[in-house]
Amino acid sequence: MAQVVQREYRSSHIHPLKFALWVGIASIVMMFGAFTSAYLVRRAAGNWYEFKLPDVFWGSTFVILLSSWTLHASYRAFNRGVEHLYKRLLTATLALGLLFVGLQYAGWQAMTAMGATFTVNPSSSFIYVISGVHALHVLGGIAALIVALIYAFVLPFKPTPRRRLRFQLVVHYWHFVDVLWVYLFVFFLVQSP
Amino acid sequence: MAEMTKVAVDSLDTLEEKLTQEMGYDDHFHEHHHGDKYQSNFLTTYIFSTDHKMIGRQFLITGIFWALMGAMMSLVFRLQLGFPEADLAWLKPVLGKWIQVNDAGIGKLDPEFYYALVTIHGTVLVFFVLTAGLSGTFSNLLIPLQIGARDMASPLLNAFSYWFFFLASVVMFLSLFLSTGPFSGGWTAYPPLSALPQASEGSGAGMTMWIVAMAFFIVSALLGGINYITTVLNLRTKGMNLWRMPLTIWAFFITAIIGVLSFPVLLSGVLLLMFDRSMGTSFYLSEIVVGGQILDRIGGSPILYQHLFWFLGHPEVYIIILPAMGIVSEVLSVHARKPIFGYRAMVLSMLAIAFLSFIVWAHHMFMAGVNPFISNFFVIFTLIIAVPSAVKVFNWISTVYGSNFRFNSASLFALGFVSLFISGGLTGIFLGNSSIDVQLHDTYFVVAHFHIVMGVAAFFGMFAGIYHWFPKMFGRFMNETLGKIHFWGTLIGSYAVFWPMHYTGMAGVPRRYYDAGASFDSFRHFTELNQFITVAAIIVFFLQVVFVVNFFYSIFNGRKLTTKNPWGANTLEWTTPIQPGHGNWPGKIPAVQRWAYDYSKGGQEYVPQYVPLREGEYDHGH
Repeated sequence: MAQVVQREYRSSHIHPLKFALWVGIASIVMMFGAFTSAYLVRRAAGNWYEFKLPDVFWGSTFVILLSSWTLHASYRAFNRGVEHLYKRLLTATLALGLLFVGLQYAGWQAMTAMGATFTVNPSSSFIYVISGVHALHVLGGIAALIVALIYAFVLPFKPTPRRRLRFQLVVHYWHFVDVLWVYLFVFFLVQSP
Repeated sequence: MAEMTKVAVDSLDTLEEKLTQEMGYDDHFHEHHHGDKYQSNFLTTYIFSTDHKMIGRQFLITGIFWALMGAMMSLVFRLQLGFPEADLAWLKPVLGKWIQVNDAGIGKLDPEFYYALVTIHGTVLVFFVLTAGLSGTFSNLLIPLQIGARDMASPLLNAFSYWFFFLASVVMFLSLFLSTGPFSGGWTAYPPLSALPQASEGSGAGMTMWIVAMAFFIVSALLGGINYITTVLNLRTKGMNLWRMPLTIWAFFITAIIGVLSFPVLLSGVLLLMFDRSMGTSFYLSEIVVGGQILDRIGGSPILYQHLFWFLGHPEVYIIILPAMGIVSEVLSVHARKPIFGYRAMVLSMLAIAFLSFIVWAHHMFMAGVNPFISNFFVIFTLIIAVPSAVKVFNWISTVYGSNFRFNSASLFALGFVSLFISGGLTGIFLGNSSIDVQLHDTYFVVAHFHIVMGVAAFFGMFAGIYHWFPKMFGRFMNETLGKIHFWGTLIGSYAVFWPMHYTGMAGVPRRYYDAGASFDSFRHFTELNQFITVAAIIVFFLQVVFVVNFFYSIFNGRKLTTKNPWGANTLEWTTPIQPGHGNWPGKIPAVQRWAYDYSKGGQEYVPQYVPLREGEYDHGH
């Protein structure tokens, strides 16, 4: 039972739940900030194997960027009232999200194949752990997408403020995990030879 | 006299009703929430409640359970430290195999279990009692009531916050019954003791359960914190701008921000620790030999864990003390019948403390091989924390100075907090110097410092809050006589326990030793002092039993509340019915017209927040 009470005397119009999502995002940012700074501190301590990041990760980066675009287009279709486009693009987003997780898995396999296994050295362990925890956050986003899909296909198409809010929460979170991955990917690229 | 007061109170109640009708905020809450479907039976009222007041009480009672557990653990290891030669065979029915009885029939505490007791005492008191039990209780109870909200922004997440804490409690409690004992490597869980299951008995299953419990706890703290921040920023009633908020709300708000930004870092650190333990990575483990066997770990850095841990760990001490500071500010002002001195300075100093808390973590690591030049940076910022802390102490004293002070259990505990915060804070200035820390680190001086400034002081804040808001929580008062016995005994007793530790610490007696250094010739003359500390600790423990009895007895049999506002306080929680139901206010939410601290003003003893400003009256909210 969230309190969705319109408060006419308030100057800011951000919904409490959306605000809560952003506070949660701030705490996720702190978590990955801790991971990447631990990476830097540990790297500076020496005994660090260098290896090249597998190319599969370029593919997964492209896929998640594309999924953000499809989701945003789906949201715009939802607002314009174009039902078929909204449903199709939402389905495409879910497919791309799953593809992203699959490609990350392929990336980990490629790393293992080149000898950068999970335990051989912290330089590779860090990449497995950081991208793995990120993939968990993407899976959380996929769960939200599935709920959004069920809403889209089961309920009659009616863009009420309440449904728009729910959709916005999914969109914001999904864009966030996208941007987070781009940051992590660039971070790994800068660090690898 | 009583008649006159009654008349005055009645007219204030009428005024409140009239003003709320005229100017209050109507959110049509009760039109949308017919009946009370959320609290229709026993289970949904008391167990799976989503009502913030009930969740607050759940946090409090779970916290009291853990406080008693932690206190009993400390009694066992204090007996060991004070009387290392004593026969502890009588504890065998409770502790079982952890008491080893020799051929002569003398029972001894297993040294391994001594470490486990110290470890779990620390973990439980820091996280379960003084984080969940203190900020969990009062943030839940007071945030919606004092800002004029129907409930939290997300009551469901709020209930989850409690249930994750409950899960953490269950896992931690069960770990006490493992055959290898609970985790025993210290509450900070430094690797390699925490990272290698073969390092000690408690490092196996005990540590696994410790990590699981802490992971649940972190989730609980994050869900709670996100909710508190969102509620404070988005659900304030009409007229309640930020500068009109009571200092309690400011304190809970800043605490929640610190928690949301620092707990994820601990989660990262703990995750890496889990991989080191069970997947064979070497984030924290360097070349290491355990029991003559060389492990195939290479090049990890245990210091890395310390950085990640203390990046949470230092803000954590402010997560503990800030809610207590907020409660004390409110309680002192109400019972001194004076406006809080320097309201904005109070808020700004809390913000300053919160900011500084993130850039001082390495002062816990001066002796861990951190570059001494980097230490200088941390010394300076650590010592700067003394400035906002001194501002706060000055303001509390100025608030009380010259006032017509009402001495009751709540206000006495608030005064006691100020005393303890000064005594414990001063020793922080010693420990914050990296050079003095060479002598003092890991001694009883550190134990004395953090127990006084963070342990006992935070407890005093919590007690002040419980005595003060007990009428709001349960509609009854706690017994004043027992409360005063509790206060004086605890104040004198706590000083008796922790003051002597400064001397043993300066002499160099190391903390965490099984016999408090009695096996060293140079420390043998502290034997009687250690006995004194143990006796004092036992007395203090029984005074807390007095409190617990008073607490539970008063829930059912305490003197009943007859008026809405027994303390004559200005804040909004006292405008709700004596037993507020779902949605807190039966009709409209009162609108706020002024700050919370207009006491003894313009010939009136107190001017509640819903009373409009008079012509020419200064508005503190702008």
